[in-house]
Amino acid sequence: MSIGLHNSEFKNPVVRWIDQRMPVFTMMQKEYGTFPTPKNFNYFWNFGALAMVTLLIMIATGIFLSMNYAAHTSLAFDSVERIMRDVNFGWLIRYIHMNGASMFFIVVYIHIFRGMYYGSYKAPRELLWMLGVVIFLLMMATAFMGYVLPWGQMSFWGATVITNLFSAFPVVGNFIVELLWGGFSVDNPTLNRFFSLHYLLPFVIFGVVFLHVAALHITGSNNPLGIEPKGPQDTLPFHPYYTAKDSVGLVVYFIVFAVLVFFAPNYLGHPDNYIPANPLVTPPHIVPEWYFLPYYAILRAVPDKLGGVLLMFGSILVWFVLPWLDRSPVRSMRFRPLARPFFLLWTVCFLVLLWVGAKPAEGHYVLIARIATAYYFAYFLVILPLLGRLERPLPLPESISRPVLGGGPLPAGAAAKPMEKA
Amino acid sequence: MLRTSFKALALAIGLFAAAPAHAAGEAIAIPDTKFSFDGVFGTYDRASAQRGFQVYKEVCAACHSLRLLSYRNLRELGLTEAQVEAIAAGYQIVDGPNDEGQMFERAGRPADRFRKPFANDAAARAANNGALPPDLSVMAKARAGGADYLYALLIGYVDPPAGVTVMDGMHYNKYFPGYQIAMGAPLNPDQVDYADGTKATVEQMARDVSTFLQWAAEPELEQRRALGVKIIIFLTILAGLTYAVKRKVWADVEH
Repeated sequence: MSIGLHNSEFKNPVVRWIDQRMPVFTMMQKEYGTFPTPKNFNYFWNFGALAMVTLLIMIATGIFLSMNYAAHTSLAFDSVERIMRDVNFGWLIRYIHMNGASMFFIVVYIHIFRGMYYGSYKAPRELLWMLGVVIFLLMMATAFMGYVLPWGQMSFWGATVITNLFSAFPVVGNFIVELLWGGFSVDNPTLNRFFSLHYLLPFVIFGVVFLHVAALHITGSNNPLGIEPKGPQDTLPFHPYYTAKDSVGLVVYFIVFAVLVFFAPNYLGHPDNYIPANPLVTPPHIVPEWYFLPYYAILRAVPDKLGGVLLMFGSILVWFVLPWLDRSPVRSMRFRPLARPFFLLWTVCFLVLLWVGAKPAEGHYVLIARIATAYYFAYFLVILPLLGRLERPLPLPESISRPVLGGGPLPAGAAAKPMEKA
Repeated sequence: MLRTSFKALALAIGLFAAAPAHAAGEAIAIPDTKFSFDGVFGTYDRASAQRGFQVYKEVCAACHSLRLLSYRNLRELGLTEAQVEAIAAGYQIVDGPNDEGQMFERAGRPADRFRKPFANDAAARAANNGALPPDLSVMAKARAGGADYLYALLIGYVDPPAGVTVMDGMHYNKYFPGYQIAMGAPLNPDQVDYADGTKATVEQMARDVSTFLQWAAEPELEQRRALGVKIIIFLTILAGLTYAVKRKVWADVEH
């Protein structure tokens, strides 16, 4: 690469002047303008963009909240209520931020589901997938610490329960817990460091999202058929086709978001978090936010503390190795007659764990949680590896264009394929 | 028999459909009370909320603080500036220190927070047989059931069922978790004298003060819902337009 001005194609003199010296316009045009994108996306492919927008909304509202929030145990609860009452549109900003966390998880869960269903984690997209898992872990940490900040009863006791989990680890456990607490119980130092980290981590997420998108733009997007585009006839430029399609999804998403914020802002919350934190009074049932309930259910399904903690962390860490557990060369579940029902059952199990995580850990709830936990892991560790050997996938279509166009000239050298309809 | 199982089934579905976090705890069923602010478009019944403030002022405020509210907030309930000033002036507020370094008392102003009945929690406990009367500012958001629960609790004082011994200093309430509550029945018929001639039954006072406390907890509710309607109408139109644009952009693509 020679030194000198970039050969810009832009005509506008100002844009051209900048682009020659720093080709950001060329880069944007390449990555978001002409970027070749498979033409057969369904609306599941909106959720990456929705997650990106939600991250930006969370950062924007969070910055404004922090201008009026006081990270001190004696002030935090009242400062949040002051935002609700006396800050101009503070109630709106806070309810967007509070429900935005829930919406973020809904969107990301659907995004992950889409990745699993259509095999988006398989070669060559393994690193793209793993960066996604990193983002999800960072999101969990951020959301957990954010929930502590209003310093209500669930904030305090949730923080106590979750940080105490680390004490299960031998040797280093107590050290980690005291490091998280900044003392010997959840107290003001805990609140201070959680606020600091809650402000920091979203920007770390933003950085990893950048890497996630950078990796995506090397491999290109997967698509509902799970086969690679064979040429320009299979793709469309990202703009205007997918900017238009993502806009539709975005507006519909905003409607759902608005219903929650304006008409049921506390529906997904817990009333106990409107009681100021009190270290002397334990709530009758300590439950985490709804999006953590599946892992909470897994934690409680195991009678042993360390075992429960390991399984809980393992339930997400296992996603890291998913590209190597699933050896089937076929990506999309559409063409995997056996894996498809097993995966859908896994999804049901995930939802069952979400439901049972909110129930008291007693009686038949424990049994349900154990069965669902067993299947959760069996799917990854036993079923998928076996199916990679045993399953006979359905014949794949010739290309993305062919099944939709239903004919047309075949690429040179291609014979009639079994997919072709009579 | 069949009907009971249907009811159980409906309850199970209801529990499942409810937000997971709500499902925790074996809750006592709270009857659904009709309030003016129920539903999607409900607003606060100003007259009821004003009567509720009177109940709070004359009954509840003897023990319960409302520390997040200022007297000026009462303007939102339809009181005039003069009325709010008069209410605030009726309280002696500790202020200071003055130039001599002394704390002093002065008449309240609209900008003051509601005066707390006790100087601190220990004083509150000492005056209440060891029990701490909780602050009521966000009580309607802090209990499952919200205003329905507050209303139920206030009318829920009954004689304990046979075989139940109520602990010393406690009172039986059929809607309180655990059924034994330190607060004695706070409302008695005709306890307050409503200026608008409304008969001060226990139910009426409970309804009024529940409305007032719901407003105290969610003063933004009306503004929130009104803005929400506008935003959802706007977004619905925008969704239609965006979809039309998408259709037009994709018109030349076979997919």
